[in-house]
Amino acid sequence: MGNNKMSEPQKAQGHQGATGLGVDQQKKQGVMPVLQYVWRLFWRDKPGLLGLIMVLILVFCAVGAPWITAYDPVKPNLRDAKKPPVWMENGIKGHLLGTDNLGRDLFTRIIYGSRVSLTVGFLGVLMACSAGMAIGMAAGYFGGRIDALIMGLVNMILALPYLVFVVFIAAILGRSLLNVILIFGLTDIPIFVRIARGEVLRMREAGFIESAQSVGASTFRILSTHVLPNLIGPLITLATFEMSAMIFYEAGLGFLGLSVPPNVPSWGNMLAVGRQYLTIYPWFATFPGLAIVFAGIGMNLLGDWLRDALDPRLRRMKR
Amino acid sequence: MENLLEVKNLTTRFHTFDGIVHALNGVTFHVGKGEILAVVGESGSGKSVAMMSILGLLPSPPATIDAGSAKLFTKDTAVDLLTLSKAEMNRVRGRQIGFIFQDALSALNPVMTVGSQISETLVRHLDFSWGRARTRTIELMNQVGIPGAAQRLNQYPHQFSGGMRQRVMIALAAACRPRLLIADEPTTALDVTVQAQILELVLRLQREMDLSLIWITHDLGVVAGLADRVLVMYAGRPVETAPVDTLYDHPLHPYTRGLLRAVPSLDRDTKAPLESIEGLPPDLLSPPCHCQFAWRCPCVFDRCWQDNPPYLEVAPGHIVTCFYDLDNGRPH
Amino acid sequence: MQRYFISRVIQSLLVLAGVLMMVFFMMHLTGDPAGLMASRNASPEEIARLRDQMGLNRPMTIQFFEFAIDVLSGDFGNSTRYHQPAMDLILERLPATVELASISLFISMIIGIPLGLLGGSNPNSMVDYLARGAGLFGQTVPNFWLALILILVFGLHLGWFPTFGRETWRFMGLTLPTRSVFLPACSLSLFTLGQLARFTRSAVMEVRSEDYILTARSKGLSVRRIYIQHILRNASIPLISIVGVQFGYLLSGSIYIETIFSWPGLGNLLADAIGNRDFALVQGIAFFSSFVVVILNLLTDMAYATADPRVRYGE
Ligand SMILES: Nc1ncnc2c1ncn2[C@@H]1O[C@H](COP(=O)(O)OP(=O)(O)O)[C@@H](O)[C@H]1O
Ligand SMILES: [Mg+2]
Repeated sequence: MGNNKMSEPQKAQGHQGATGLGVDQQKKQGVMPVLQYVWRLFWRDKPGLLGLIMVLILVFCAVGAPWITAYDPVKPNLRDAKKPPVWMENGIKGHLLGTDNLGRDLFTRIIYGSRVSLTVGFLGVLMACSAGMAIGMAAGYFGGRIDALIMGLVNMILALPYLVFVVFIAAILGRSLLNVILIFGLTDIPIFVRIARGEVLRMREAGFIESAQSVGASTFRILSTHVLPNLIGPLITLATFEMSAMIFYEAGLGFLGLSVPPNVPSWGNMLAVGRQYLTIYPWFATFPGLAIVFAGIGMNLLGDWLRDALDPRLRRMKR
Repeated sequence: MENLLEVKNLTTRFHTFDGIVHALNGVTFHVGKGEILAVVGESGSGKSVAMMSILGLLPSPPATIDAGSAKLFTKDTAVDLLTLSKAEMNRVRGRQIGFIFQDALSALNPVMTVGSQISETLVRHLDFSWGRARTRTIELMNQVGIPGAAQRLNQYPHQFSGGMRQRVMIALAAACRPRLLIADEPTTALDVTVQAQILELVLRLQREMDLSLIWITHDLGVVAGLADRVLVMYAGRPVETAPVDTLYDHPLHPYTRGLLRAVPSLDRDTKAPLESIEGLPPDLLSPPCHCQFAWRCPCVFDRCWQDNPPYLEVAPGHIVTCFYDLDNGRPH
Repeated sequence: MQRYFISRVIQSLLVLAGVLMMVFFMMHLTGDPAGLMASRNASPEEIARLRDQMGLNRPMTIQFFEFAIDVLSGDFGNSTRYHQPAMDLILERLPATVELASISLFISMIIGIPLGLLGGSNPNSMVDYLARGAGLFGQTVPNFWLALILILVFGLHLGWFPTFGRETWRFMGLTLPTRSVFLPACSLSLFTLGQLARFTRSAVMEVRSEDYILTARSKGLSVRRIYIQHILRNASIPLISIVGVQFGYLLSGSIYIETIFSWPGLGNLLADAIGNRDFALVQGIAFFSSFVVVILNLLTDMAYATADPRVRYGE
């Protein structure tokens, strides 16, 4: 977690010659001890453990939504519309967090909403990460003009007011899940490029690449067997943070009515409705917001943990 | 010779995620007034940690000093540095004991001028005004051989060459005329030619200011022409202490002997390959319950695996930490 | 250093040229800008007429150069909705955004920086947890949700602050903010506050572990002097850039906060423009915000270069 704690395993590893999570430990001792080691790392860093649990809960909600709740997230049920949560006056049994303006169970919609968030987050990051990794590796490996061009573009995009452009593109492309994924998947590439390139350059400086070249390894082989494995740690960490950011931005687009179509249960869409009814039915907006915060905190805590466990050097590289 | 500093049984540990690092395991040594002590050992043997423990400079956590004493003798009193309060310790650091770090580039503040970094010590300990400190700083910089001191005073560390930076570091450590100067591998980061100049400079200051000097190095080669006495460290323990000539002529610890064989020298047969000691230093995570050198020792026998060898004074001023009597080819 | 400044200026100009291209081609993403601009129920004939009117049938390069020349002379075209030059609308809304951004930055700085400083200097203390918490919440609590909650609590429930619009106070020829800015500024500052706390904290921690701090301690300096002269001084230099970046982010206008509070700024204008499919105006705002951000980054880098002797006396 904090930098202060970070310095201690770092030093200890330094003197033992182990790197990060201990790839060499894996080789020496088999799978169980590594799992134990990972568990110890989690146990020592309780916030990281909490983050892991929160993310697991989230995934569970997305995958098991139909088993968690019996209501339909889309079909209106006007008879029960606008009911407050159970613990409030007029709350009715069976609707834990109350119902929305069309009488749909809010709890159900929040659970189903995690599907949109996680889909956008996961696919968006997958896209940005794989593209960014390839481009960043090329930039770092080949250097020269290619590098200058790529980094020029990357720095340009990172210097722009992100939200303004995302909103602009979303308004042009129109509302659909695919568009949202594409928007985030594309606009997030530069960050991954920057990290991947930085790692490749560091390896070049450390002489890994030259030594592989000197024994005659092909470019493809060097990239896939030497460079790639070293990129995984930093990129996974970044991916966790970026996924949380995407969930955040997706909700923002939904709030403006620019994300998935209005009938799809998503946290952003729910907030947009909640805003209209804010003064009379405040719970419409309250709970989806909490869900967004929950997802964000879980992923950030997990990301912090990963950063420490996988690569203590990656700090403050986020947007 | 009167002693200036007496360190006894210094035991320092680091509490890390992987376990307890036993960095120092009962370190005992002393430095006489005006004496030059060289501390030698592979990297990781605890040389820096020993010095930092004495001055209370280790970060805590993870470091704890679990036993020992470090007596500093001033006029007629002795104080144990390890029991001093923070404020008292601050009066010792920089005033009584100056510290020269290895890498002057990272050891100097990049956003403060070199002059103010030297001056602030003078202001702190000698109650100088800033104006007076400035004048004295120029003198000091001249003394350590920085040309154009009056102008260079206002420059920043990165505007100096490596050798000049190290001179600044030395001026800074010696600014208040401390009684002891600790130089922690001050030449390791420098070019060979510059190394010799720095060495000469420190020796000159030592003579001029009549200081005691602890010179830390992992290179036995430079020690011969420099030190009065040598302390050899291994895995957080001294293995042998002796006057420099005795140590070179008559090393009594297998480790020292190995180290000396690894030193290239002019008068040896250049065709004979340099030997180096087989194996790696031990993992300090396991508590030291036997001789730490046993794994690599050519003379190891069953006793070595049972106990920590005690300090054995084989001749006046010649202390060795070993069960085996190299001279006679049998256990003591 | 002069060389550095010049190359930075050239770089910024290149970025702006790139932005110009992006803004232009973004309209062609769907292949039919006229279709985008036309009202939703326009007939194909109307769209065709619009296409002709806008000169969209001419070669793309000619269109682009025309657009570029127009923009460089300060002309973003006319808003289709307000029938006014986009630039006029933008400038009219700018003061509100500047007010909101400055006050948000101020709030973030007076809370975030001290929090980060104290947290970083006392790792694992109560303040440190606060600083870390601020960083975490700043990053995970959406400001559009926080705004709603603040409206509920402080606006509706307690009734302490207005929740709608901007009121100003004219005093000796100056336009001064009033209490109406409080809730929007608080909502908007959360993210920046967290970033500042987080960044300051890690800057302090990093500096604390530097070798020169060990040197300072080995000199026997007082804790106070080490803290002020060595730690704070070094930690504050990287802060310049984060503050600059954050101010740029705030100045590009918060579309959420401004719409929620009906704050008459750039973000609100952007939301309107998007709602009205007034894409000339959207283009104008996008370019203008980018311009502001790029200029701010440039100024920030220059300030940084001046503050850090390593850059000032070139490496
Ligand atoms: N902060 C720390 N945390 C854990 N172990 C440390 C720390 N600092 C030093 N050590 C350990 O103490 C031992 C001695 O280090 P040191 O005194 O720096 O060696 P050297 O003789 O090269 O100066 C090393 O094995 C090192 O791993
Ligand atoms: Mg050392």
